[in-house]
Amino acid sequence: MKRHQYRADALIEVLHKAQELYGHLTEDRLLEIAHSLHLPPSRVYGVATFYHFFSLTPQGEHSCTVCLGTACYVKGAMELLATLETESGLRAGSTSADGKLSLLTARCLGACGIAPAVIVDGNVAGHADPEVMRARVRALLDED
Amino acid sequence: MAARTLTINGTLISARSNETVLEAAREAGISIPTLCHLDGLSEVGACRLCLVEIAGSAKLQPACHTTVTEGMEVQTDTPRLKAHRRAIVELLFAERNHICAVCVASGHCELQQLAVEVGMSHVRYEYLSPDCSVDISHARFGIDHNRCVLCTRCVRACDEVEGVHTWDIAGRGTNARVITDLNVPWGEATSCTSCGKCLLACPTGAIFSRGSTVAELERDASRIATIVAARNERW
Ligand code: SF4
Ligand code: FES
Ligand code: FES
Repeated sequence: MKRHQYRADALIEVLHKAQELYGHLTEDRLLEIAHSLHLPPSRVYGVATFYHFFSLTPQGEHSCTVCLGTACYVKGAMELLATLETESGLRAGSTSADGKLSLLTARCLGACGIAPAVIVDGNVAGHADPEVMRARVRALLDED
Repeated sequence: MAARTLTINGTLISARSNETVLEAAREAGISIPTLCHLDGLSEVGACRLCLVEIAGSAKLQPACHTTVTEGMEVQTDTPRLKAHRRAIVELLFAERNHICAVCVASGHCELQQLAVEVGMSHVRYEYLSPDCSVDISHARFGIDHNRCVLCTRCVRACDEVEGVHTWDIAGRGTNARVITDLNVPWGEATSCTSCGKCLLACPTGAIFSRGSTVAELERDASRIATIVAARNERW
């Protein structure tokens, strides 16, 4: 926040940094950010919940993000997601009870050429095949 | 202020150069349906009910957010616009649980009036029937999310007129909700001054004063404009 001179228009950058540092955004942290940037808490909360990128709950150890952008959608991202939801027993946007895996969605990762695209722990997998992805998700869940 | 001459529905009218199409139309006695617009507040152009046709532009333009230009030819009431407006009002009804029969604002609700104005006989869309809460933690007011149309008039009245910004919108799409402070119950929102401007601004029965029963809630949204005008005159 200091780096941005506590400027109100730096809110998104500050939220990014906070999430990067702490993994997710707690209410206390949002309140602290609001106070430091002299922003209304409701505005900070509104911005933090508008962007899918920000998370108010702890993320799993591993993450699997399925792109539901137009290109990926056309290439079967919905079936892919359904497969992964069934396999993990998680609904998109949630984290497994043991904190192992977060199943997430995104709107266009900018990798339309390799649609459908999935990001597993920061690595992009293109032309994602439901069966292959199902196995990867299983492996992450079973890992100890 | 320079004057502009334009036609609205074929009638020649003149307007000040900084006026919006909506203001010019109203001065000429032509009414255009609005919902998110409220005199005295900034424009957000969110509800799209005030869309008009402007000759030479393929896109429909929101009258509340479009400044007049010389020679502009505006149509406010074509069959195409009427169809769009009806669809918009139906979608608003389908999005939440608007049950006029049990609503405090029935008879004094802008959404209800709009439905009448656009000739909505039924809703052609599937009702989303979302699970919405009612918050009566505030000592004087309550908010029923079932009736909220997300016009942000409360947000703007609170921010621009009261200067507090207790309200904002959290989430997006069908999950969007108006919130107070850090999404806390309204009664715990420490920034709230209990001024009641959000209540004045709300077009539906979403924000209500506690203790009002069915069809009892009458508010005068024009008081927002009066407050703003009085303040501007003083300075
Ligand atoms: S509570 Fe009322 S004023 Fe606020 S956004 Fe909802 S409908 Fe509009
Ligand atoms: S739509 Fe998935 S990467 Fe663009
Ligand atoms: S009144 Fe113009 S967009 Fe809502």
